[in-house]
Amino acid sequence: MSVQTRLIDLAVKFGFLLLMAGLLVFFSISAPGFLSPHSAVFVFQSVAITGILALGVTATLVVGGFDLSIGAVATSALMLSAYVMVVWELSAGVAIALCLLMGAGVGLVNGLLIVKARVPDLLATLGMMFLLIGLQRIPTEGRSISTGMTLPDGTVARGTFSEFFLMLGRHRIDFFIERLIPLSVIFLLVVALLVWVFLEFTRHGRLMYAIGSNAQAAQLAGVKVERYKIMAYMISGTLASFGGVLLAARLGRGDVASGTNLLLDAVAAALIGFAVLGAGKPNAFGTAIGALFVGVLLQGMTMMNAPYYTQDFIKGAVLVVALVFTFAFTARGSRGA
Amino acid sequence: MTQNALEIRNMNKAFGANSVLRGIDLDLPAGQITVLMGANGAGKSTLVKIMCGVQAADRGTMLLDGQDYAPDTPHAALRAGIVTVHQSINDGVVTDLDVASNLMLDRIAAGSGLFLRGAKLRAEAREIAKAVGLVAPMTQPVALLSLADRQLVAIARALSHNPKILILDEPTSSLSDAEAQRLFTLLEGLRARGVAILYISHRMSDIRRLADSILCMRDGVISGSFTKTPLDYSGAVRAMLGHEMTEVDITIPARGAPVLELSDLRLRAQSRPFDLTLYANEVVAVVGLVGSGKAQLANTLYGVARPVSGTMRLDGQSYAPKSPAQAIARKVFMAARDRRSNAVIPDFDIGRNFTLPFTRRHSGFADLISRKSEKTLSVRMISEMGVKCQSHADPILSLSGGNQQKVMVGRWMAEEARLLILDEPFQGVDIQARRDIGARIRAQSAGRATLVLVTELDEALEVADRIVVICEGSLKSDRPNREIDVASIMAEVADSPTEAVTERQGA
Repeated sequence: MSVQTRLIDLAVKFGFLLLMAGLLVFFSISAPGFLSPHSAVFVFQSVAITGILALGVTATLVVGGFDLSIGAVATSALMLSAYVMVVWELSAGVAIALCLLMGAGVGLVNGLLIVKARVPDLLATLGMMFLLIGLQRIPTEGRSISTGMTLPDGTVARGTFSEFFLMLGRHRIDFFIERLIPLSVIFLLVVALLVWVFLEFTRHGRLMYAIGSNAQAAQLAGVKVERYKIMAYMISGTLASFGGVLLAARLGRGDVASGTNLLLDAVAAALIGFAVLGAGKPNAFGTAIGALFVGVLLQGMTMMNAPYYTQDFIKGAVLVVALVFTFAFTARGSRGA
Repeated sequence: MTQNALEIRNMNKAFGANSVLRGIDLDLPAGQITVLMGANGAGKSTLVKIMCGVQAADRGTMLLDGQDYAPDTPHAALRAGIVTVHQSINDGVVTDLDVASNLMLDRIAAGSGLFLRGAKLRAEAREIAKAVGLVAPMTQPVALLSLADRQLVAIARALSHNPKILILDEPTSSLSDAEAQRLFTLLEGLRARGVAILYISHRMSDIRRLADSILCMRDGVISGSFTKTPLDYSGAVRAMLGHEMTEVDITIPARGAPVLELSDLRLRAQSRPFDLTLYANEVVAVVGLVGSGKAQLANTLYGVARPVSGTMRLDGQSYAPKSPAQAIARKVFMAARDRRSNAVIPDFDIGRNFTLPFTRRHSGFADLISRKSEKTLSVRMISEMGVKCQSHADPILSLSGGNQQKVMVGRWMAEEARLLILDEPFQGVDIQARRDIGARIRAQSAGRATLVLVTELDEALEVADRIVVICEGSLKSDRPNREIDVASIMAEVADSPTEAVTERQGA
């Protein structure tokens, strides 16, 4: 009995890390070239943007909410940054600042809808998602933004993406091997570290977890529940818009068709994060590992020449397994304790 | 001799080691209204759940009209003729559907045929509605009805099953006086038709109006049964709340300066305004039944609710908190009642549950929390409060109810308060934990005012320097806790001065 529960505990705690290690070993053996610095970097680069978005969602999950609008915020930031630089011909700094402001603003509206207007979180952010998907296409009548495009009023857009802006998404830092680590990976690590420290080690993170666990009790203990909830959505919106800026910098154009997978990947990463180390709750470290997991899986499958259209299926399957890990096993653990 | 519609013999029910019902014997005579009284945790709701098939008894028999009765589902109970109207009105109706669909819901759910025939449905529903005097249009969504009408819908639906037994759980708790009167008339009609009614309530005015007999529950046993007229209402309250001689000696300390001054405070629009002053060093207990306004008083002082009128002063300064955070900023703390929904953070360990309200005290640069400072405090509080646990890092839910409650009370003792409010601090804790908590409350009471709100008089006698009775949203009496005349307090709690009785009977 006790051996059995201990085994289950171990499985819950290290199951996902073991699964990931197994995956790494499997791909290293069966996909030649998988185990190389450049392949590793490619994995990191592919998870950088979804990872940043996932860390934002994590903040909303911590307070017991959910943010479905992150994908749309990111693509809106992608279009907005392109519009600012290409059409308005303003600097990269202005573009970045406006994008982050837009993200924070969307987060604020989400938060107000949820806290003040009492719209359920899934519905509020779903509505916001549709709104943004539509809104970002209006200024260009649904077309992508690039230098030399003709605007609806007949003029030609003359602005360009500045070198500095493109560097955010394309520059690589020398690390043992020349041009090894993309800048976006550095951004991911910094954001992950900040969110992790904020949620785990500051008073604010503590209170946000308290809200997610029992909002009523937190309120009666003097926690400003509404303020923290709004803040969580603003963190989510801001990080999503930052992810959008990095996407724009990588693409070098305001591509309307990009970023469709961001929501699924980011949400999957955050939810897989529940299962990492048996946390059973949203956490920044788990989210980062979850994002990495998705990245490893996709890179490995790509290198084994699995068709692209099987990827969503595999991601979905992994997510379902992770959710079972989290809810079936950890719920039993806490009840039994 | 009236016939018993339901007879329960030697019913027992335990949840784990916790014995909730211990040898219950109960008769429900046909054509009578039997009132069931009992404080929170007395076992009333478990008893009702067994009667209506939600839970099964561990031991004991039920006879329904002389036949063995052991429902295994709520549906079986309904078929057997036992119908329950729950306290929360919205549990009994589907607010998005119209009146007719609600009335016919059971038949729709039982389901025959694929399509609903609207006109036929509405005609049948109208018949059912007429029986209870419900005049709302059949096509109106229930969400647009008043609470009283919604309850009529729930009752009407219940009655369409031709019940032998009707169980009502605090049915008037959200009704106005006029609406309650309409309900009483309806119940009296049912009584005349021979339905056995079990009426659960704490409202003495309801009980006086309706009861043919009163049963009292306490700690899982029937502690009193009153059938002789005139019914002994204060005897019933005494049986419900119980009273054993306490072993706690109270030495009333010297009164300090006034801390909280309430004047002309009105908690509800209809209630009488009252004054109350709490002084430093003293522990004041407010005793009242469920619905007496105790909770409202606590919420008002803690910024959760606003008073209808009147003023509050704290240390001579005007005091009108708009949120718990503002109350805490003025050093008014409250350990809330019902710890599971209002206090415990289930995902946190014991230490983090202790430090929740005062995390600022444990955080420094960039609001980073110092685990060391947190641990020091929780280890100290665990020993001060006498929490039985292995470590401060244990999950809070691994503790027994009494130990959880020690953490919830101890949470507010970590800082110096001006006013400490404890709303039902002894709810769901064993007698030893109750003594421990009471001793802690008293040991630390110097310098601050302490307000303890309780239902059971025993608890007040154990902890308080002064005992105040609350009833119908207003304070009734105020006396020091020495040589207390228990019977007279019980009478006040039960709101039963004789003139009130005759006045109501005359009406």
